[in-house]
Order: sequence, then structure tokens, then C-alpha cells
Amino acid sequence: MIEIEGITKRYDATTVVDDVSMVIEPRTVCVIVGTSGSGKTTLLRMINRLVEPTAGVIKFDGADNSSLPGYELRRSIGYAIQGHGLFPHRTVAQNIATVPVLLGWDKARIKARVDELMTLYQLDPEAFGPRYPHELSGGQQQRVGVARALAAEPNVLLMDEPFGALDPIIRNKAQEDLLAIQKRFGTTIILVTHDMEEAVHMGDKIAVMDAGKLVQYAKPAEILANPASDFVETLVGASERPFRLLSLGRVRDAVENGSAEGEAIPGDASQRDALAELLWSGRPALPVKGADGKPLGRVTVDGLVKRAARPA
Amino acid sequence: MQIRFDKLGVVIAAIVAYAAFVAPFATFRANRIVPGQARSILEALPTATGTLLLAIIVAAALIALFKTPLVLRLAASVVVLAALALLIGVAGTFLTPAGDTFARVSPASGFWILIFAFTLLVADVLTRLNLSPLARIGVLVVAALAIGLLLISGRWDSLSILKEYANRADSFWAEGSKHVTLALGSLAAAVIIGLPLGILCHRVERLRAGVLNVLNIIQTIPSIALFGLLIAPLGWVATHVPGAAALGIRGIGTAPAFVALFLYSLLPVVANTVVGLAGVPRAANDAARGMGMTDRQRLFGVEFPLAFPVILTGIRIVLVQNIGLATIAALIGGGGFGVFVFQGVGQTAMDLVLLGAVPTVALAFAAAIILDAVIEMTATKRRVETA
Ligand SMILES: Nc1ncnc2c1ncn2[C@@H]1O[C@H](COP(=O)(O)OP(=O)(O)O)[C@@H](O)[C@H]1O
Ligand SMILES: [Mg+2]
Repeated sequence: MIEIEGITKRYDATTVVDDVSMVIEPRTVCVIVGTSGSGKTTLLRMINRLVEPTAGVIKFDGADNSSLPGYELRRSIGYAIQGHGLFPHRTVAQNIATVPVLLGWDKARIKARVDELMTLYQLDPEAFGPRYPHELSGGQQQRVGVARALAAEPNVLLMDEPFGALDPIIRNKAQEDLLAIQKRFGTTIILVTHDMEEAVHMGDKIAVMDAGKLVQYAKPAEILANPASDFVETLVGASERPFRLLSLGRVRDAVENGSAEGEAIPGDASQRDALAELLWSGRPALPVKGADGKPLGRVTVDGLVKRAARPA
Repeated sequence: MQIRFDKLGVVIAAIVAYAAFVAPFATFRANRIVPGQARSILEALPTATGTLLLAIIVAAALIALFKTPLVLRLAASVVVLAALALLIGVAGTFLTPAGDTFARVSPASGFWILIFAFTLLVADVLTRLNLSPLARIGVLVVAALAIGLLLISGRWDSLSILKEYANRADSFWAEGSKHVTLALGSLAAAVIIGLPLGILCHRVERLRAGVLNVLNIIQTIPSIALFGLLIAPLGWVATHVPGAAALGIRGIGTAPAFVALFLYSLLPVVANTVVGLAGVPRAANDAARGMGMTDRQRLFGVEFPLAFPVILTGIRIVLVQNIGLATIAALIGGGGFGVFVFQGVGQTAMDLVLLGAVPTVALAFAAAIILDAVIEMTATKRRVETA
């Protein structure tokens, strides 16, 4: 559990982060979202003390993060940034091994971990390990950046707009990969983005920042349903709201009894995708199948439209 | 078939035509200080040999003039350079009356221009061949070996510059080693002091402008003036600091020369260190800190390796500059090849001047080629991303 209590950062007279308090549950994804300059990066960097707060404390499982030297704290926390920040003079394998080397792991353990992560990220260790970052595509560089952040098996991973430089298709895949890995290792992720779509998609909870202040901290559905201020409402995007709400739910949870004609949609597809498919094909209902291929029932346009309405 | 001219080749052919047919090939003097008499290629060599040399030169100039394969251009210029190197020795023997130990023969402007023109052609071909750094060093070694062999073989002994050498063989090597020690020693001192100073300037912004300005001003002081400025303080140190005089610190001599070269060297080293460190990608630095590197680990593990090619460029500037500047040290008794240059100027003996100048230029040239190759190797290995 990460407790942020009354954290403030001032540069001279300007307050960049203003008295922010929030609690991040373990093994969840917390997304910090806000416009550019709202203090997201500064807040994130105070968690691993790349920036020292002017006031307030941050506790990891009850322990003040200022109780040990900053560099030691940072070795225990994963850190990934936009544009990956890979070391251009080190190979992919050396980049991923950065923190384990700092921690003094033995060679065999480092190699095993590097190979494991590269395989996890679909990068053949033999082929990609000895390459230099500039020899990789943007998507591959980004994956190496995250693999490097995860190398020492941190419980907490901080990410500053990690997908910002990727094109939409690769970004989608990267987001899915990250969520899968988060589930697998149970990592607590704090992710900064200015993209509400990404926030709704990735976050168990969303923290909305505006001019240094935390204006709302809640589950995505709550933020969509009850934006705390006009600012949050604008950020959510009024015209996108119903679709974002649908994107939170799985088809499985919207199944009705009955059957329908045509190709079945998988139960774990998002309700938004189902509605899009229905509207596009001009049909009133679609069959739904489970992971094992067995029919589960059907989804209907009417049913989904009801779910897209503002929750009571 | 359409005939196409090579751009550089046109220039080279024109220069070669002038040097081969108009300018004198060798100079003959009855003794080392009287004015010389010009000798053309045909006058300086036995008729058959001279004609052959002219034919080779004309053929090579034609190859240079038109667009021809690179290998052919390379072969032609190497053949001409080799012929020139061999035949200038022949000219020395041919022009010197038998048994006359006072007569002097030296290469004249035509010879030097021909050497220059065909070296230019070789350099052009080598650039276009895009040689790897190691191959460039290889070419340098081969050229140095060839010149060394010619020197040892005695084929140039009839030339005036080698007669000057023969009279001073011992002091030539002594001054040469002083020259190199002075140039390399002051470079080493500048690196030892300049690197940390550059790192400090990078880290402490307030220091940066001040330090760089002071070094800039030093750089603009003429060397003679700097020697003059150093005489008083070093003289004072010699007489007042116990042991200083025993270390060889005096107002004149090697000490002020060393200090002056060191001061001139500081600016390129410090400035390139600052520029190199400033050029390290922000994201790499940020990631290094975010991964939990200490300032030291970040400096040696990330900043330094990434800034290294730029810092090396500074060191290259200093080395070439110091090899040249060390010549001036002779003015205040600091030794080095400059000793021959200034003696030669004093005696109006041009060949003695060359005995000091030619090795200096050769050393500077070799240092530049070697360091350029090293810089390129480090830069490609640790390729700095430009994105
Ligand atoms: N080191 C600094 N010194 C002064 N101002 C800063 C510094 N770092 C950030 N700021 C200011 O703080 C504000 C918030 O920055 P940041 O946290 O990077 O915002 P975001 O990540 O939300 O775009 C910006 O106005 C920025 O100019
Ligand atoms: Mg930011």
C-alpha cells in the first residue's frame, strides 16, 4: 500500500503539486491523468524521490520513503518513461540488467532474469540481447524500457507516459501486455498519462490532476458517471462518455438469454466492441460464446444502450 | 563516348602542369647559405630518368583529370609519389659534383607542389573509398614504413636536409624526444586537470561561464607573451620554493613552455567535456537516476561514455595544437624541434629550418589521423542516438 499524505512541491513561488493525499492499494493500477503542466510528472517523481517534496510524506507499507537514501529507494521501485530513456551505449541485455547489476546480483541470476523478461516481451534473447537500442523499432524500445523497469522484480512500477510515443496499434498491444504482466506479477502500477481513453482502459482507479491539485480520485466508472467538476467533465469528454463507460464492461456481463444469428462474439470482448459490431452490421443482437467456444447467450443493442446510460 | 572531367582532377592537373614544367624541381647551392640556382626536372636528373619522370607525371595527371576508376587514381598517385621520393635522391647525387662536400641540393617548390598535389589526390581517393578507421591507420603505417625505409636506405643522403641531419643526429633525437614529451606531457596534465574541471563546470552552472571565459582569454594570449608572463612567477617559485629548482622549474626553459602549452590545452579539454556532457540525452540521465544510480555511477556509467567521443575530439585538437606549438618552446630554451627552426632562421639556412619543421608537421599529421580514427571507432561502438 502506498500512502501519499499532504504532499506539496513548490518551485520558488509557484506551487506545482498542491497538498495531494491519496492511497494506492497494492496490486492495482492507479492512473494519474490531467492536462499538460498539471503536475503529474512531479507527483510521480516524488514517489521515488527524483523530486524531493516541499511538504508531506509518502509511505510504502507504512514506512516513510525518506527513511533510506534516494538511490536505494529507487532501486526497489521500477521506473519507465516516455521515449524509453534506454542507454544508447549499452546493449539491450545490458540495459535490462541495469538494476540487477546495481543490486549486485550474480551473473547467472542476471542472465536468467534478462532472458525471462525478453522472452516475456517476445524478444528473442539471442537475437535482440546483443543489439543496441537504436537498432530496435519504437515498439521494441518501449518494451525493453518496461522490461528494464521490471528487471529487479519491484513491487511498485512508476510509468510516465510510457506509451506516448507509440502509434495506436502498437500502443494497444503494449497496454494489453502491461495489464497481463501486472496480473501475473501482482505489481502495483502508478501510470501517468494525459489520455483519458488510456486512463479508463488501464486504471483500477483514476486520479485527476488540475493545476497541481488532485480534483478527483475514484474508480473509472465513478469518474465517468459523476465527474467532480466541470474540468473533469471536459477531460472525460461528454460525447465519449457512454462509450467509455461501455468499454469498462465485458460482454459476458451483458449476456441475455436467447440466441441470435451470425458469428459469435467472445465473452471477454468489451461491451463497446460488441455495440460497435452490432451497429456496424445493422443487427439487433449477436450470439456470445465463452472461452471454450460454448454459446453463452446473446447481447442486444437495447441491452447495451441501457448500460451506456448514466448510472443512477 | 562522352569525356567527363573530374572536378578536383582539373585543379590537380593544373597544379601539376605548373609544378612539372614551370616551377624548379631542385635547388643547387655551392654551400649551405649562398642563394640557390633553380633546376628543372630535366636539368636535375639524367635525361632518360627525367623524361621518364615527366612521362609518369603527365600520365598520372591525365588519370586525375578525367573521371577514372578510384583504384586507377590511387595507383597512379602512389606511383608518382614513389617516383618523386626516389628520384629527388637521385637528383641530389646527380647535381652534387663528385667529392664536393659543401655543395647542397634541396627539393624546390616544384617538387613540394607535386608532392602536395598527389597527396591531395590520394587523400581524395581514400576519402571516397570510405576506409574504415583501422584501414586508415594501416595506410598511415605503410606510408611511415616506406619513408622510414627510404631514410635508412641512404637514398636521400645526398639531400641538404639530411646533410643537416647528419651533422646533428644526436641532438635531433634528443630535441625530438623533448618535443614529444613536451607536447604529450602538457596534454596529459591538461586532461588530468581539465576533465574534472569540465565535469565541475557541467554540474555547477554558476562556474561554467566564468571558467570558460578565463580559458578563452588565455587562449588569445600570443605564445611569446605568455612565455614572458610566466618568466617572473616561475622564476620566483624557483628561488623561493625549496626543491622547485631541483625539479627543473625555472623562469626560462622547459617549465614555462610546459605551463604555457598546458594552459593553451585547458580550453579545448574543458569546453569539449562540458559540451559532451551537455549532449547526453536527458532521458538517459533521467532513467539513470530513476534506476537508482548514484551520481558517481551515473557519471562513469552513462554520462562519461556518452560524452567520450566529444571529449576525445577536444584531446585531438590539443594534441595537434601542442605538437605545433611546442616548436615555440625553443625560443625560451625549452628545446624541441623548434631549436632547428630558430637556428636555421638565424643562419638563413633553409634546410635546417626544414629539419625542424618537417618532422613537426609529420607528427601532427599522424596524430590527427590516428585520433580521428580512434574517435570514429568509439563513436560507432557507442553510437549516440540522435532521436
Ligand atoms: N524543476 C522545475 N523547476 C521549476 N518548475 C518546474 C520544474 N519541474 C516542473 N516545473 C513546472 O511544474 C509544472 C508541472 O510540471 P509537470 O509535473 O512536469 O507536469 P505534467 O507532467 O503534468 O505535464 C509545470 O508548469 C512545470 O513548468
Ligand atoms: Mg509530464
